[in-house]
Amino acid sequence: MSTPAKHSAYLAHHFSDSIQQSDSAKLGMWIFLLTEILLFGGLFVAYAIYRAWNPDMFYNAHKYLDVTLGALNTVVLITSSLTMALSIRCMQLGNRKRTMHLLLVTLILAGVFLIVKYFEYSHKIHLGQLPGKYYTFTGIEGNNPHIFFSIYFMMTGLHGIHVLAGMGVIGWILKRTSRGDFSPEYYTPIELTGLYWHLVDMIWIFLFPLLYLIG
Amino acid sequence: MNTMPEKHYLNEKRGWKSWLFTLDHKRIGILYLYGIMAAFLVGGVFAMLVRLELLHPGRDLMDAKTYNQFFTLHGAVMIFLFIIPSIPAALGNFVLPQMLGAKDVAFPKLNLASWYIYVVGALVAIYSIYAGGVDTGWTFYTPYSTTTSTSVVAMTLGAFILGFSSIFTGLNFIVTIHKMRAPGMTWFKMPLFIWGLYATAIIQVMATPVLGITLLLLIMERVLAVGIFDPAMGGDPVLFQHFFWFYSHPAVYIMILPGMGIISELIATFSQKKIFGYKAIAFSSLAIAFISFLVWGHHMFVSGQSQLASMIFSFLTFLVGIPSGIKVFNWVATMYKGIIRFDTPMLYALAFLFLFTIGGLTGIFLGTLATDVHLHDTYFVVAHFHYVMMGGTVMAFLGGIHFWWPKMWGRMFNKKWALLSWLLIFIGFNMTFFTQFILGTKGMPRRYYNYLDQYQPLHAFSSYGSWVLGLGFLIMAVYLFYSIKRGPVAGNNPWGSLTFEWKSSSPPPVANFETEPILKHGPYDYDKIIPERTYS
Ligand SMILES: [Cu+2]
Repeated sequence: MSTPAKHSAYLAHHFSDSIQQSDSAKLGMWIFLLTEILLFGGLFVAYAIYRAWNPDMFYNAHKYLDVTLGALNTVVLITSSLTMALSIRCMQLGNRKRTMHLLLVTLILAGVFLIVKYFEYSHKIHLGQLPGKYYTFTGIEGNNPHIFFSIYFMMTGLHGIHVLAGMGVIGWILKRTSRGDFSPEYYTPIELTGLYWHLVDMIWIFLFPLLYLIG
Repeated sequence: MNTMPEKHYLNEKRGWKSWLFTLDHKRIGILYLYGIMAAFLVGGVFAMLVRLELLHPGRDLMDAKTYNQFFTLHGAVMIFLFIIPSIPAALGNFVLPQMLGAKDVAFPKLNLASWYIYVVGALVAIYSIYAGGVDTGWTFYTPYSTTTSTSVVAMTLGAFILGFSSIFTGLNFIVTIHKMRAPGMTWFKMPLFIWGLYATAIIQVMATPVLGITLLLLIMERVLAVGIFDPAMGGDPVLFQHFFWFYSHPAVYIMILPGMGIISELIATFSQKKIFGYKAIAFSSLAIAFISFLVWGHHMFVSGQSQLASMIFSFLTFLVGIPSGIKVFNWVATMYKGIIRFDTPMLYALAFLFLFTIGGLTGIFLGTLATDVHLHDTYFVVAHFHYVMMGGTVMAFLGGIHFWWPKMWGRMFNKKWALLSWLLIFIGFNMTFFTQFILGTKGMPRRYYNYLDQYQPLHAFSSYGSWVLGLGFLIMAVYLFYSIKRGPVAGNNPWGSLTFEWKSSSPPPVANFETEPILKHGPYDYDKIIPERTYS
């Protein structure tokens, strides 16, 4: 600390060295991810309560979700997590071009996820399988099937918003990579984006069986 | 004679831009201070109007609808815009990096962003007043909140946005405490205010997201009628209460824990004695944070919750009394045989001890199942809450303001006026709220617009108290603002305190310290060193 620290371009003035800086950033990101889990936690609790109260209705209603499309989206997101992780590895090895390609693939896969989701949503809207008072479908046995779709739309909707936000961040990171902001010495923002993206992926991995694979 | 330092964080850069784009935690703390003082004024005016209306039964100056909106706004503004950010975001921001010997918090941009989010949230909340007000009480209970015609969505959206500001502050503090301590500053050499802020930050980070999703669900319920909280559609309104209190009970510790931290600083400094039971105080903060997540059900003893759940929640609620008691006894033990000086901050610390103890003990009454059935939703609850929040947090906040005021501005306030103001606030507070304990035990329900004649004398006395209280705050506002420009120069360490922030000049330089600070002694080693006071 007393030795004049080499203040590189990316080291902020209030940190004494880059290890302190990147450790702080990572800890901050983990805490942020914790808040995200707790945010979704409320919805998971609502899911658990209403499913425990209406097991038959949940079973009947879930049949109207398209397992194939859900599974496809699961594969898409897991693959995007892989390309995200690989992009970090490439930056560690100093391969900027590869990093950019992999980030671009991640971005495209996120887009594919949303497009698939769009088709799922529009099919449900068409059938009137909508949340709460907008629910007009009549083919599901059991009490208050609209509750299932309320929970379905809120959980996948909030997740979709996170995918959208993730795309924004990945796009921004891509731009910064192409600008040459990062090097094998400094790639914290890519790493943090990766952490966030894995969380978004993880949440979907919980949503898929809970909503699509009841039974 | 003390002189002001030539260059400091207030005059290094000038102009409104240097404030609105500042990344300096001290300036951000001051920005927050202005924000919360404005909120306190607004919330206080609402409170005075509510008390004025309650002077007599029936209509005094407003109709029942307006009255409902005013007590809701008083609650919502005071909780979300004043108390929650008060100590952490204003005083904590100003002091925390200095106490740790750091140059700034870990994420200065996030820190500034949290202030802007606070302002936006406040504006959205204020917009709800224009858009029809809110009459649900600050708790937004369903199903009333989903059916009332008032602008619940704007108010809850405001609270939702404010939640982000709170999370960002908490996140910033946790990382700063973990990673930015000066060389030699081990965990157990940190001042206890830092421990208080640390425990607070943990709650902010872990409870606020749950409020976020709760408010989001409420907004969905109102906008899309999703039916989650609507019994007519197979939903459950009590679920809202569970969600809401899962946040809002820990939130009362977001409000009180940093206050307790300040009290530790004040009692040690003004008793010139090593704090008694440092580790016990530090760990009791964490214990309170932990237990706070397990007691939310005590708000639902009469909401149809199962008997067994109520018994467990009641038991867990009593547990909170243990760490709180540990703190109070340790503070009293610190004062024992100390060289006590009754400076203004210490007066507030003593007021805290007295009032918080009353507030804490009456909380036990409410946590007890049998008595709670009688006292639930009466003025007893209102009095208990205000003894803890105003008698506790606000007294600690005022103690902290007076304590760090000369550090902020380099100048001292007038102690004679401060004494008068303290006296008025202390007397006015007890007049206003002790009366409400009596009203509550006599059966006066909270939030009612009208009441039976038999309650009139007590209601009137409580309202007179609010005027004394208001006068006290008015005097304080005048002497504090006067002192910013014209007070006598205070010097680096006007109270003779050992913590880090007093080592730099008052006001401190932009980078907090002229040279890299090195820890040579603990924060409370008054048995070894008695620092010189630069002002008497
Ligand atoms: Cu509580």
